[in-house]
Amino acid sequence: MKAQAMNRPKLVSVRPKDKLWQLRLYVAGQTPKSLEAFSNLKTICETHLNGRYRIEVIDLLENPHLSKGDQILAIPTLVRKLPQPVRKIIGDLSDANRVLIGLDLRAAD
Amino acid sequence: MKHTKFKRASASPRLAKCPTGIHGLDEITGGGLPRGRPTLVCGGAGCGKTLLASEFLVRGAAQFGEPGVFMSFEETDKELKKNVASLGFDLAGLVKRKKIVLDYVYIERSEIQETGEYDLEGLFVRLNHAIDTVGAKRVVLDTLEALFAGLPNEAILRAELRRLFRWLKNKGVTSVITAERGREQLTRHGLEEYVSDCVILLDHRVQDQIATRHLRVVKYRGAMHGTNEFPFLIGDDGLSVLPITSLGLNHKVSSGRISTGIPRLDAMLSGRGFFRGSSILLTGTPGTGKTSVAACFAQAAARRGERTLFFSFEESPNQIVRNMTSIGLQLEPLVKRGLLRFHSARPTLCGLEMHLATMFREIAAFKPAVVIVDPITSLLSAGSDAETKGMVTRLIDFLKAEQVTSLFTSLTHGGHSLRQTEIAMSSLMDSWLLLQDFEGNGERNRVLYVLKARGMAHSNQVREFLISNDGIDLVDAYIGPSGVLTGASRVAQAAREKAEALAGQQEAARRKRELQRKRSALERQIGGLRSEHESGAEELRRIDEQVGTQTRMLNTERHELGRLRQADAIRAKSKR
Repeated sequence: MKAQAMNRPKLVSVRPKDKLWQLRLYVAGQTPKSLEAFSNLKTICETHLNGRYRIEVIDLLENPHLSKGDQILAIPTLVRKLPQPVRKIIGDLSDANRVLIGLDLRAAD
Repeated sequence: MKHTKFKRASASPRLAKCPTGIHGLDEITGGGLPRGRPTLVCGGAGCGKTLLASEFLVRGAAQFGEPGVFMSFEETDKELKKNVASLGFDLAGLVKRKKIVLDYVYIERSEIQETGEYDLEGLFVRLNHAIDTVGAKRVVLDTLEALFAGLPNEAILRAELRRLFRWLKNKGVTSVITAERGREQLTRHGLEEYVSDCVILLDHRVQDQIATRHLRVVKYRGAMHGTNEFPFLIGDDGLSVLPITSLGLNHKVSSGRISTGIPRLDAMLSGRGFFRGSSILLTGTPGTGKTSVAACFAQAAARRGERTLFFSFEESPNQIVRNMTSIGLQLEPLVKRGLLRFHSARPTLCGLEMHLATMFREIAAFKPAVVIVDPITSLLSAGSDAETKGMVTRLIDFLKAEQVTSLFTSLTHGGHSLRQTEIAMSSLMDSWLLLQDFEGNGERNRVLYVLKARGMAHSNQVREFLISNDGIDLVDAYIGPSGVLTGASRVAQAAREKAEALAGQQEAARRKRELQRKRSALERQIGGLRSEHESGAEELRRIDEQVGTQTRMLNTERHELGRLRQADAIRAKSKR
């Protein structure tokens, strides 16, 4: 399923290729869901962003005050800081297709 | 066994309450919201949910030393501060002094994409962090239901909400959760199934174009509470709920008496005026001097050094002050000395409940000994009879509980018939004075009756009621064969009676003189007769003497004759 989605030809890169993607993953402790989300994210980024990305993992248990800035409610939450506009994706990112749509890496169809 | 039972009872004390500081709400709930538990406040848009929640929080921080967290899902920090500031709360100051944390949670569904499993740990972390920052004892979540709009997966959301309420309980904070009113349920998303300790329902109804807010405690686990709908009001200093119907008929009574300010009216009320803390109804047709009597009463209270609160629904304070100077009552100095306060409002300004709430607040703030409502009938037009009676009952109950003497004036229309509402209302009143107009001989005159005065011997007489430059006076009305006479006809009648009396006196004197004359004539006659009688008796005596002398002489002669004739008869007779 995952492989199929990645191999689909209708891949749109809406941003200039040289632009760096800044991603933030909010977690609360090393829960299975958080680990799952991180590994899913890593896979997706490797496949589609090809080194033009930076992932910042924020553990709210360590820095609770940071939850306010990005209006975090759900855990895990992935925030696309750059390129603008800000996008949020909640959940363990198991559905790669929806993650790609959420990140504007693929148009919703 | 008995001992342990007793011990158990004392070991489980009554539910700890967390006072809200909101006027009336603590009375209804018997001390406040359940401490350390969540309370659900639900209601439609514009009911005052957010306000109730913020007042709970602000008063907690300012009055009860309990810091709080306000987590808003609808309004930003700035908006909240502004809204609450309009009610006289310094939210910004409390935030600055680290008594309150405002946290605006922004959710925009279009920005959120959902992929797979998640939970709301972020919210928990955030709330926990806010609570720990100020050591909060109170938490407000306003409006949690915004989450339903922002997060797509309802199953996860519900599970997380259940966890949230449990978590709040474990945290030991007293929390208020607001929610929109649903169509068939209390809340749109059925939040009431998670909050089982206390549910408060707010309502905003429009009836006859007048809107009234109501509050009802639907549920309060483990505690007695008033279950009725209580009207509430959002005023300059926050919310006030009117918990009036919770009062029974068990107020203290005073046997102290207070003067009416009109000496002769006091005299009609067994000489000492009204009972302190009683309710007095003063009915009258237009222009019979109801306000004047009320003003006299206020002045009398001021003379005793007591405060009067004057609710006027017809005239402005200045107008009353000016008008009363015309009858020699100087109210202005009383106002300046703080013994008299006016509160004027148009009856159509707001609903009955709102008026009542305003009156309650004013009374609680001014603490008067006497309250005057002039006239109560203006308010009647703002609601149905039943509502009005309910309102007046609550007002009187409240005043009696506070030992405040109340005077209600009531306007009657035309003739002598009393309207139904007044009859209904009069049963609530301890005393009832009636002012009436008498029209006749080209003038109108006022009379006053005491229709009833509970607990005192009162005059059953009608008095003429005079308003002059020097104030109010009562005069005995003339009651003659042609009915009660007042005004000019009373004066005329008095003159007539005076003349009649004079004529009568003169007539009597004349008759007296005549009789005297007759008597003396008779006496003279009696004197004549008596002398006649006496002269007759004299004659009789003379005749008797004469007769005696003649007989004696005759005997002597006869004896002499016999002796001369040597008559035997005499001798023989004398021998025998």
